[in-house]
Amino acid sequence: MHVPDGFLDAPTSIATGAVAFVAVGVALRGARRELDDKTAPLAGLVAAFVFATQMINFPVGAGTSGHLMGGALAAVLVGPWTGVLCVSVVLIVQSLLFADGGITALGTNILLIAVATVVVGWFVTRVLLKVLPKRVGMVAPAAAVGAFVSVPAAALVFTGLYAVGGTADISLTTLATAMLGWHTVIGLGEAAITFLAVGAILSVRPDLVYAARGVISERDLVIKTKEAVA
Amino acid sequence: MPAHLKVLALVGFMLVVVATPREWFAAYAFFLAVLVTVGAVARVRPGWVLKRMVVEVPFVVFAVLMPFIAQGPRVDVLGLSLSESGLLSAWGLLAKGTLGVIAGLMLAATTTPQELVRGLERLRMPEQLVQIMAFMVRYLEVVTDEMRRMAVARASRGFVARNPLHWPVLARSVGALFIRSFERGERVHLAMVSRGYTGRMPR
Repeated sequence: MHVPDGFLDAPTSIATGAVAFVAVGVALRGARRELDDKTAPLAGLVAAFVFATQMINFPVGAGTSGHLMGGALAAVLVGPWTGVLCVSVVLIVQSLLFADGGITALGTNILLIAVATVVVGWFVTRVLLKVLPKRVGMVAPAAAVGAFVSVPAAALVFTGLYAVGGTADISLTTLATAMLGWHTVIGLGEAAITFLAVGAILSVRPDLVYAARGVISERDLVIKTKEAVA
Repeated sequence: MPAHLKVLALVGFMLVVVATPREWFAAYAFFLAVLVTVGAVARVRPGWVLKRMVVEVPFVVFAVLMPFIAQGPRVDVLGLSLSESGLLSAWGLLAKGTLGVIAGLMLAATTTPQELVRGLERLRMPEQLVQIMAFMVRYLEVVTDEMRRMAVARASRGFVARNPLHWPVLARSVGALFIRSFERGERVHLAMVSRGYTGRMPR
């Protein structure tokens, strides 16, 4: 669901472009703190992963299917900065090489899909993990709630942008209710898939889940000698 | 034509299109003519473009709904009461969106991913971002191939995803794909470090 060209007027598009530029710049600095000189290869591979994941169709029934947006998932898996960066790069590539999302709407798309979903998803997950008991089993539910909230939140940001630079006169309340209602449903799907995927990764490689870093208990290396085994 | 000039041309062209008032119908015919000329000169096959225009479909639906939900004076068209301004907005959305998709596809059709990355580098996109993009583009095929192999493996065991009950299986594939991609990233990084990588790409 990328915003195409001409959905928002030119001044708004340029303004969101500027904001997105700054946001990506900040994310670049943050990601270097998260990943150091691993940034380029790892963020690149995670971006390729996000892109590929968006191609997996999840059947909803009656012949329709949806796909993951992956903002909150990326935030939970690789951290907020790298997450913003990866999803932004995905959006740039989609816009330039697949014409998915208008080039003038690129800033808007980065702001909505990369920044809004990742930041909201991360924030909600983080707060929940602070409140909930510190157990690995809590990470996937927290991520699911984060993913659920992140989708309508992005829809709300879109409604806000539309109020400023929309090109059609639909009453704002109509748009807001339609966007929120629809995206709450999408958010449910996003939450379910994020929950299942994070759970699957936690059971195999919990150390790879960024959000779980605080809750994985540090285990000391135990060397079992013959006597200890016997 | 160098890729960075194409990107600049695309951005400039689309800004003009987006800024053009939607009442100037003639201007849109002109824009379309420009794109058709570009396509003809670059020998882009119309079928290739049409097939990839499906990305626009969700917004076509939105545009079609526009005349029904917008406010303002209404006109009767074929017995339906439609909003005048809604019709105009729908036209504006469709025209600008479609021109955007066609223009974007012109760039995509005539530029390889590698050229594009180099073009963006010349446009002074931050070096780190260019590197990330280069890696993504380079490994996109590898990762999607991995995903396709998983799909084949699922299918060969008789799995067909029909309803949300099958989501856990797909989500586990997503998880496996993440682990494989991440580990590949680590391996690539180590391979680069062992060849003297310090955080910048050699030119």
